[in-house]
Amino acid sequence: MPPLLQLRGVSKRFTGVVALDGVDFNAYSGKVHALMGENGAGKSTLIKALTGVHPRDAGEITLDGKHISPTSPREAEAVGVSTVYQEVNLIPDLSIAENICLGRQPKRLGLLRWAGIRERARAALARLGLEKLDVNQTLSACSIAIQQLVALARALDVDAKVLILDEPTSSLDAREVEELFAVVRKLRDQGMAIIFVSHFLDQVYSLADRITVLRNGKLVGEYIAAQLPRLQLVAHMMGRNLAEVEALQHRAPPGTPPGKTILETKQLGRKGSIEPTDLHVRQGEVLGFAGLLGSGRSELARLLFGVDHATSGELHVDGEKTSFGSPRDAIQRGFAFTPEDRKIQAILPNLTVRENLVIALQARRGLWSRLPRAEQDALVEKFIKVLKIKTSGPEQLIKNLSGGNQQKVILARWLVTEPRLLILDEPTRGIDVGAQADIERLLAELRDQGLAIVFICSDASELSRNSQRLIVLRDHAKVADLAGADVSEHGVMHAIAHSGPSAP
Amino acid sequence: MSPTDFILWPVLAALLFFTRKQALMKPLLALTLLLLYNRFCSPGFFDLEIKEGHLYGRLIDILNQGAKVMLLALGMSLVIATGGVDLSVGAIMAVAGAVLAQGVAARGWSPATAITAALGVSALLGLWNGLLVAFLRIQPIVATLILMVAGRGLAMLITDGQIINFENPSLVFLGNGYFLGLPFTLTLVLVMLGLTAFLTRRTALGLFLEATGDNETACRYAGLPARNVKFLTYVFAAFCAGLAGLIATSNIKSADANNIGLYLELDAILAVVVGGAALTGGRFHLLAAMVGALFIQTLTTTLYAANVSADIAPVPKALVIIAVCLLQSPVLRPKLAKLLAKKERPA
Repeated sequence: MPPLLQLRGVSKRFTGVVALDGVDFNAYSGKVHALMGENGAGKSTLIKALTGVHPRDAGEITLDGKHISPTSPREAEAVGVSTVYQEVNLIPDLSIAENICLGRQPKRLGLLRWAGIRERARAALARLGLEKLDVNQTLSACSIAIQQLVALARALDVDAKVLILDEPTSSLDAREVEELFAVVRKLRDQGMAIIFVSHFLDQVYSLADRITVLRNGKLVGEYIAAQLPRLQLVAHMMGRNLAEVEALQHRAPPGTPPGKTILETKQLGRKGSIEPTDLHVRQGEVLGFAGLLGSGRSELARLLFGVDHATSGELHVDGEKTSFGSPRDAIQRGFAFTPEDRKIQAILPNLTVRENLVIALQARRGLWSRLPRAEQDALVEKFIKVLKIKTSGPEQLIKNLSGGNQQKVILARWLVTEPRLLILDEPTRGIDVGAQADIERLLAELRDQGLAIVFICSDASELSRNSQRLIVLRDHAKVADLAGADVSEHGVMHAIAHSGPSAP
Repeated sequence: MSPTDFILWPVLAALLFFTRKQALMKPLLALTLLLLYNRFCSPGFFDLEIKEGHLYGRLIDILNQGAKVMLLALGMSLVIATGGVDLSVGAIMAVAGAVLAQGVAARGWSPATAITAALGVSALLGLWNGLLVAFLRIQPIVATLILMVAGRGLAMLITDGQIINFENPSLVFLGNGYFLGLPFTLTLVLVMLGLTAFLTRRTALGLFLEATGDNETACRYAGLPARNVKFLTYVFAAFCAGLAGLIATSNIKSADANNIGLYLELDAILAVVVGGAALTGGRFHLLAAMVGALFIQTLTTTLYAANVSADIAPVPKALVIIAVCLLQSPVLRPKLAKLLAKKERPA
């Protein structure tokens, strides 16, 4: 059977950078086709070239044997290629029905037909088995998972032959992912060709029939999922050999014994966000926060960094009682924090890599003590090298970097302040295997240099691989302390599943 | 060919050719085109004469008259860089003028006291704006609208609803005097420009402003005092407005609460926009905003020279400004560039 969708020799260059170099790609109807690669490998560019967001420089696309050349996502939809993007691309203040029908509302005499809009939305949701959803509900009132499904319903509202899912699961928890996958499998069985872009290997292997790997804008190969061992896939993505990848899988050896306590909380809590919590972090150790999405991990981290204010309990830094009115206070004590939502809470998109990198240090030095340009340049050059940040130069705007490299710049922003306590909230989310390995290695190095590190991560194996001790959170409360042999994937699962509510 | 030609055009050409700042190109080009139009269509536009060691002529008028908008544009640049806007600067000019005239004419203050008081009151009004925007988080357009409306009332209150005239020579000098053969206002603008450039580029203020305008939430996480920075820009903008108000009052030797600085806030915003800054905040370019202010003043003077009545002057003015804005449109620009088949520059 010939492929339903064929891309041949697709190329795209942005000012001076080759993003895609003669890439071929096939998708068959009734199959799920995973598109894999490190950040910056060209996955998103390929999707955007396919859906007409970026004009192609070269190459052809055929769908069902016919040449197509969409110049906008809307044209792509019209010929049968629908996309659900990584970030929910809907309008939060409109209702579910309006979001599904926006831009193609049923009309009569030029006026909107509201009954028709609702009916059509209900039908679209019913295809996904979501008959019970109230289509009049405002979208922002729904969970992210529901929003993702609404986006999917919107994509399917037109007659789609090809459905592209661009990292649809990055903000979903395990159960929600399963729900989404059930829907995707149903659509696959109806004969749709599905292109699935994701970083999560587990998900790719549970869903995909075929896997195409890109690296540095070039095609590495197309494989049958069942015949491609995981480590081999990772090696393909990283462009390394198997032995190197296997070495990464081992747990970082425990560093030097932890030093004195830097931070300690006594029944620190915030009403409505996190129950009173005791914890302490010592120099030279990594304390992991385990728990499901929404269990209060980030809330606790924000409390430690002074972003939110505690309503109960005490915070001790170096054994001395203190309180943080704002992140500035925490930074003065040598704290650093890379927040969960990189785009909203961390990057200054239209400023350069250099400016993004020095901003925290400059903020601490204050308005009058400007860091001389030569020093800025030296710092940036050093960290681009040390963290292997892929950028065309220090004056590149950070928004033009891939997610993993943006994350490295944000890490560097804090490392230049020479912190004593580093709080990392999901530092590896949405970034590729190579960058993730770099960050994990860095974490161990910093720990051995005597930094105290708080590490928050959804992936229990990654978390236990990198932490010396864990605290486990559930329903906005700490439910367990884990140390020694209990610091394992199993230990975390067990604690989440079995610990009593708010164990003291 | 007049002597002016031998100086002006080479200078403009050199600036256009040698500027490495992409942002400066477009306003400079617009200004050059406008001056070229005047070179051929407005006889006498470029005539300069020296009387009693002072330069006179339309070009000098443009610099002199443009001083107010240039001063306002300095403050406005910083406010807009943080993603805000200050609509009250015109009204603050009126208040500053009222304090100055009332102080000197009715209270018998010395010029120095009156100037200090006027600038002090202006800064205080800026404090109010800054408080509303930075700490009470009211949208800048609404927060400054309050003073835009109330400011003129305040000025009326200060002057008891009268137009107060004054003759104090020091104060008259402020807006009408000459220094080194050129209007004194120009010296004021240059000093303020130098001060602002120093503050923004030699301290970390420029980076803080652009960072705040780009992503305020991220700034808070990075420990940047975003609110204080915002607050300061409104105080600074109001201070600049106070200075502009002193000049405007001195120009006409009287405080006219109803007319001083009327609509000048819009000219200032326009100057900053012509200077290539985005109203959503982020990058700002002081020099480009200055050229933008000069462009707007030249436009006004051009219309005046063409005997367009003041009542309908806004129409041709609007048309030219639309053209300038279209030049900067991200949609049209690439098409124009293709049309001119020029070498593509990275944005």
